[in-house]
This record gives sequence, structure tokens and C-alpha cells, in this order.
Amino acid sequence: MKRHTQTFRMPPNFPRRRFLQGLAAGGLLLGAAPWLPSGSSRAATGTATGSPQVLSGTEFDLTIAETPVNFTGRPRLATTINGSIPAPTLRWREGDTVTLRVTNRLAVDTSIHWHGIILPYQMDGVPGISFKGIAPGETFVYRFKVAQTGTYWYHSHSGMQEQTGMYGAIVIDPAGGDRIHADREYVVQLSDWTDEDPMQILAKLKARSDYYNFNQPTAVDFFRDVSDVGLTQALAKRRMWNQMRMNPTDLADISSYTYTFLTNGVTPAGNWTALFRPGERIRLRIVNSAAMTFFDVRIPGLTMTVVQADGQNVEPTTVDEIRIGVAETYDVLVTPTDEAHTIFAQSMDRSGYARGSLAVRTGLAAVVPAVDKPEPLTMLDMMGDMGGMDHGAHGGAAMDHGAHGGMAMDHSAHAMGAGAAMGPERVRVRHARTEYGPSVDMRVDTPRTNLDDPGIGLRNNGRRVLTYADLHTIGGPLDPRPAEREIELHLTGNMERYSWSLDGLEFGKSTPVHFRYGEQLRVILVNDTMMTHPMHLHGMWSELESPDGGFQVRKHVINVQPAQRVSFLVHADALGRWAWHCHLLLHMDAGMFREVVVA
Amino acid sequence: MKTRNRMMLIVATGLALVSLSAPAQEVTTPASTDATTPSMPGMDHGGMDHGSMQGGSPPPDARDPHAYAGGQDFGPMRLRLADTHNFSSLLVDNLEAVRARGNTAAAYDVQGWYGRTYDRAVLKAEGAVDGGDLEEVRTELLWSHAIAAFWDAQLGVRYDSGEGPDRGWLAVGIQGLAPYWFELDIAAYLGDGGRTALRLDAEYELLLTQRLILQPAIEANFYGERDAERGLGSGLSDLTIGVRLRYEMRREFAPYIGVERTAQYGDTADYTRAAGGDVKTTRFVTGLRLWF
Repeated sequence: MKRHTQTFRMPPNFPRRRFLQGLAAGGLLLGAAPWLPSGSSRAATGTATGSPQVLSGTEFDLTIAETPVNFTGRPRLATTINGSIPAPTLRWREGDTVTLRVTNRLAVDTSIHWHGIILPYQMDGVPGISFKGIAPGETFVYRFKVAQTGTYWYHSHSGMQEQTGMYGAIVIDPAGGDRIHADREYVVQLSDWTDEDPMQILAKLKARSDYYNFNQPTAVDFFRDVSDVGLTQALAKRRMWNQMRMNPTDLADISSYTYTFLTNGVTPAGNWTALFRPGERIRLRIVNSAAMTFFDVRIPGLTMTVVQADGQNVEPTTVDEIRIGVAETYDVLVTPTDEAHTIFAQSMDRSGYARGSLAVRTGLAAVVPAVDKPEPLTMLDMMGDMGGMDHGAHGGAAMDHGAHGGMAMDHSAHAMGAGAAMGPERVRVRHARTEYGPSVDMRVDTPRTNLDDPGIGLRNNGRRVLTYADLHTIGGPLDPRPAEREIELHLTGNMERYSWSLDGLEFGKSTPVHFRYGEQLRVILVNDTMMTHPMHLHGMWSELESPDGGFQVRKHVINVQPAQRVSFLVHADALGRWAWHCHLLLHMDAGMFREVVVA
Repeated sequence: MKTRNRMMLIVATGLALVSLSAPAQEVTTPASTDATTPSMPGMDHGGMDHGSMQGGSPPPDARDPHAYAGGQDFGPMRLRLADTHNFSSLLVDNLEAVRARGNTAAAYDVQGWYGRTYDRAVLKAEGAVDGGDLEEVRTELLWSHAIAAFWDAQLGVRYDSGEGPDRGWLAVGIQGLAPYWFELDIAAYLGDGGRTALRLDAEYELLLTQRLILQPAIEANFYGERDAERGLGSGLSDLTIGVRLRYEMRREFAPYIGVERTAQYGDTADYTRAAGGDVKTTRFVTGLRLWF
């Protein structure tokens, strides 16, 4: 069967520099062949950005080094693989055994983790858990059989190297041909770049956790509210947040104050462009390789038909907008209708955006929408399920939802779910005894369990937004057995101290979590914080359950929203030691991490 | 000690003890008796038990966070993340020129810490320099240990220098963030020969805009016994109320202006009057707030 997919690489654009949106050229662009053979000097040659080189076959040589970049007008050194950001796209074939020789030319240890790939734990690339890391000058040989298909990615698991440029995409073609048909395909890898030393960023947050938040509630906002809704309402709106010392605008720890958001390594000004011929159906393999940023992706004028989530085929579902959490991937099909469309990915805190274009020729650009106004967190995000209210008895008159403003209480839409969260039976939550100390600043006693909430900032925005409730993995669960055992962990943190943990215990104070080899295990996660955490279990699939207990979707990263409870099944068929952590890089490093032992 | 001053000291110590016990009862339950909840008129939350979302103690059936270990331990390699690393911060809250009655002096107020998330070494230093002389200098070095989400208990030493003989004290206190974002710092001191003291410090940061911040502050000092050589009376010695307005050009660099009024009481006031000074002074300050 003839394969319809092609990877179409375009020569780069050279638009004018615009400082605020980053430099157009993030380094030397394609054409300068920066992937020199290992051992040669790189410092002078710059870093390639834009659609990276595609490496296929079964033997791969990857060299990690520091190479210069310039995204904002200030030259910096990035940690790169084969001299490009993103790193080369690795194209594997299902069933092949791949050998990847990774050479470390940095002065510090490094590693590469193959995100979402099922493999022996010694090949998983997490220093301190899978192996001891790759020392400077050393070449480590990864070798494993590829037993899955779809879009994935790879990145360093050492220090903050993922933030400073070490990430690339993996595309695995099915042995029997791809059931997803498109005329053309592109990897769209979204990321965040900072000129600062990421360790310095963490040090600043430890001293002042709202350092990067320039959208805090002010006296000016208060007086504006007073004139809008009156003094009593304005005070009432703020009372609970002020009593609890929590900030309703705490949407992201790091904003565009330091971040430039990249699309395939290209700044918004650079306008990474995917070319197409009119009438073609394009497959976009969207990857979120950011360290700390959730992106809300849409293509104004087009709908996206989601066909894969985290590399796994799902029943096609058509949406206008997708919130892609850190480390997730979504494959979508689009059929452009105009000469140019903007691929628009605004950050969750609305402080900036990544941007590219779909166009019939280079140099074309469509209108770039403005970022939405940031929406502050609501009672739903703080407290979860406010059940026990008999909404049926209220009728329309008693509840004036028009005055809600920031509160997502529109029952006609997604926020409260299809009644699942509103019944008299609310889920039982068991906090750990270590959640009552200095490491935890709040606990949720009645989390919501519905999966159809698009999330803060996307509710009732007039667009159809993807939720987990819309995703159904084709073929059902890998193992249909019900759970034999269940464990419950709570996502916790203390924003003032900038400490993040599970059950109030940072990794350094934790004990490993044991999965019995071969068991079918239910994992329950309750988010006792007001941030969305993309939780990633290495080595095994997480099969998300719907609120009524049925199989929903297979993922390797599950976003747990504020005051939400999710449950997923794990078939513990991978022996060894595995990492399990929030994929927000600084949360992981602050201690939101566990070691899983499957034995 | 005069009866009036002794009573003041008892009242002040009582206040301090009440504040010390605040973390143990940090239940900020949204008032379930409210007829209205934010922006939801007509919704009676009286029947909703919000429970305590902050503070409190674990119920007897709280989950054991180590219950899933199944006897497994970490392997021979041990991953160390930033939760076990040391960080540090130095805040020069005030570095200012002080104008009062035609006289210009300089004053500083510095706080720094070094350590991990729940245990830190803390430096607090406050003082004034007038015409080359150090005045009213107080320096504290403390061990700070987190006891609740928003509160640290502190133990260490305090050294007073400047005018008069130097004094050394043992210091014990509590510092943290109270509901409604009040920053509190309360410490009790024990010095040579049974001297005692109490300091209460409260600050509030009001964001006028993202970068323009108004910071009212109150500081009160109490002493158990009269200290004639340093011109301090027993009981409430001085009370300073001030407000500073800063503009954060950067988080690390913020120029400010402000005004402070200090009033002295009891024997402290008497000593000052005897020396020809003013018991109540108003000072205008301009300075920099720096952060490293």
C-alpha cells in the first residue's frame, strides 16, 4: 500500500528582527549543516532551528554539546543534540531494534529519556534510577526494540538541560502502514526558552514565588470591581483567597517575563511555516516540549480533528482548540481553506504565545490573534465539587449566574460536568498524615471527578475545546482486567515556600512505591493544589478511567486540574525502577517525584 | 518595675503567646454561615461543610504515605533533587536616607537566609547611622524552622550595639504570613541579668499596580526592666508606624519614599526628654529596596 505521508522540509524565512517577539533566526538556520561529525568543534557554528533534520533507520549517533543561540538579541549557550533546537526528529519503524549512540561533549553529566517509549528500564535514561547517567566524554549505547507507533519525544533527564534546549521528536511508523491518511505531515514542537540560568530561576522562586507573575490582583482592580459589582461583592470575591493567602492569578510559575515561546525552535517573529498545496489534508504532530508551559493551541479559521493522543490512536474528534499539557502529544488532521493560517499557541497564563503558519508559500502570514484576557481561578478550582446543592430546586430566578464574573458556574456548559460531580455521592478522599504540616498549604476535601472541564481560561470561550472526556482510545484498554488493588496519592505543594510534593513529602523524604509485577493497579491522584500538574509515569501506560469507572483513554501524561481527582489503571508489566513525577520541570526538581519499583 | 509597665509586659507577652498558638488553629474555613458566597447571591452555602482546607491535624485514620513501599528501598544509586539543595536570599528591605528636624541620617533593614525549604539560618539586621555614629543597631542570627505552612519558629541570638553599652540576648520568636497577607514577626528576648524584651513587627504589601507597592508597617518594642544606660524604660518603649511607597523597576531594585512616625513611652520618653530629644518624631525617608 502506497504511503501517503511525506515529510516536507522548507527552506527558512528571514523576516526582520523584532526584539519583543524574539529574533527571527534563533541561530544559524538550516543550510549551514551544523550536525558535524562528533569530535569537531562546534562553538563557532551556531545552532540550527526550524524543522530539524530527520534521522531514520536503526542506527543513530547523537552528540550533546553546548552551542550558541540567540533568540532575543542576547547570545546564549544552549545544550543541544546534534547542534539543533529541536534536536533531530528520530523516525523509527515498529518492530525494529534501534541502537542510539549518545556522546556527551558537555562538562557535566547528561542523559536522554525516550518519553512514552516502552522499553527495558535500563534504557529509560533517568540518572539515579535507570542508570548512572552519561559522564562527560562518554558514549552510552541505548538499544531496545520498538513495540509501538505514533508521535513521541525525547529529552534530557539531567539537571535543567531539557529547559536549555535538549528536546526532539520521535515518529514511529506502523509496520503495516499508517491507518491515518494525510497528504503531508509536520512535527509542530512547542517549547519555552529563557536566557536565564534555569537554576537561578528556581532560586528566585524559592525566595519569591510570585516573581514572574505580573498579573496580580491590585488596588486598581479592586476599585474597578467595586464600580462594576459593588463593594460587598468585590470584598466577598476576594475574601476567601485573602483568608487563605492564595493568589487566584497563579496560573503559571514562569511567564513571558523571561520566556520566549518557540515553535520548532523558531520565535513568533520567525514565523515557522508549514507549506501545503490547496486541498491537501495535513497531519500535524503537535508536541509540547516546554519545561513549564501549557499551551492552548488553535488555528483560527480551521478545525482540528484529533486522531492520536500521546501516540495512541483515538476515535477522531473535531475541535477548535486543544490545551496541550507539558510532555503531551496530539496528532491532528487539518484541511486548510485559505492561503495562510496562523498556528496559535497561547500560554496558559496568557502572558505570551508561540506561533507558526500553515501557508501555500513562504512569506505569507495570516492575522495573529491577540492573547485572551487571563481568567482568575474560581471556587471550582479551589474547592472542587461543591455538591450537596440541589440545583434543581433553584430554578432560574434564585441563582443569578450573570453576576458570576470569574466563577465558572454555567451549568449549561462543561464546568460542572454532566451531573457526575453534582450528585449527592461525592468521592471519598483520604489525605496522608503528612499533609498537615509545613509542606502543604491547602487540601481539597471534595475534589471534582468530571473529565469534561476544558480548564481555567477555556471555559465558555465560544470555541469547542478538547477535554479528556472526548478522547477514546481505539481498541480499548490493553488489559481488560479490573483493578486488583488501588493506591491513592495527593498532589501537594506550598506556593509561598515554592515546595512541591506528593502527600506532603518531597522526593528526598519519600519511600519508593511498589507495584507488584503483573498486577492490575488503580492509581488515584487528588490535586490538593491550584495548579494543573501533568503527571508522567515512566515505563508503563496510564489508562485513564471515566468518572463512572469505564475505560477512557490511554496516556503517558495525565493533566490533573486544580481540585480534581482522577483515576487510572496501570498494568505493571515492566520490571525495574521507574520515575514518576510532575512534568513541570521545576516542580519535579522541587520534589514532586516518586520512584516506582516494579518487582 | 512599675505596676503599669508590668501589666503592659504581661499583656504583650500574652498577645505573643496567642499569636504563637495561631498556627495550630490555622483553620480558614470559608464561613459556612454566609448567606452569600463570592458572586453567588441566593446560593445558601449554610448546608455545606467546607471543612478545614488549611492547617489542622491529621485525623486518626489519615493515610500512611509510606504504605505503598512494600518493603522496597531505593537502589544503590540515589537521585538527589533540588528539595535537598541549599538556597539563599538577601533582602535589603530598607536602605534609606532619613530626614527629621533638618537632620539627615541613614538607616538600613536587612533580612537574609540560607538553607533548605524548612530549615534555614536567618540574619536580621536593622540600624541607623547618624553623623558617622551607629545608633540603635540590632542584629539577630537565628535558626528558622518551619512549623506550619505559613509560619516559622526561630531561635537564636540578638546583639544590640550603637549608643550605650552593647547588649546580648537569647531570641525566640515566630515569623510568617497571617491571613489577609499580614507579615508578622514576633520575638521575645532574654538578656544578661534577667533582662527581657519583646518586639512586634507587622507589615502589609498593597499592590497599587503591578510595580507600585504601598507598604505600611508597625514596630513596637517592650522591655521588662529599665535600662538606663541605653535610655530605655520598661514596658512599651517605642512604637513606630510608617508607610513606604516603592516602584519595582525590577523585582531586585525598587526606589521608594516614605514617612515614619516614632513615639516613645514611659521611662524611655523621660530619658529622651532629659537628654533634650523629641519623644515623638516624624521622619521622611527615601531609599532603595534591593534583593540579591
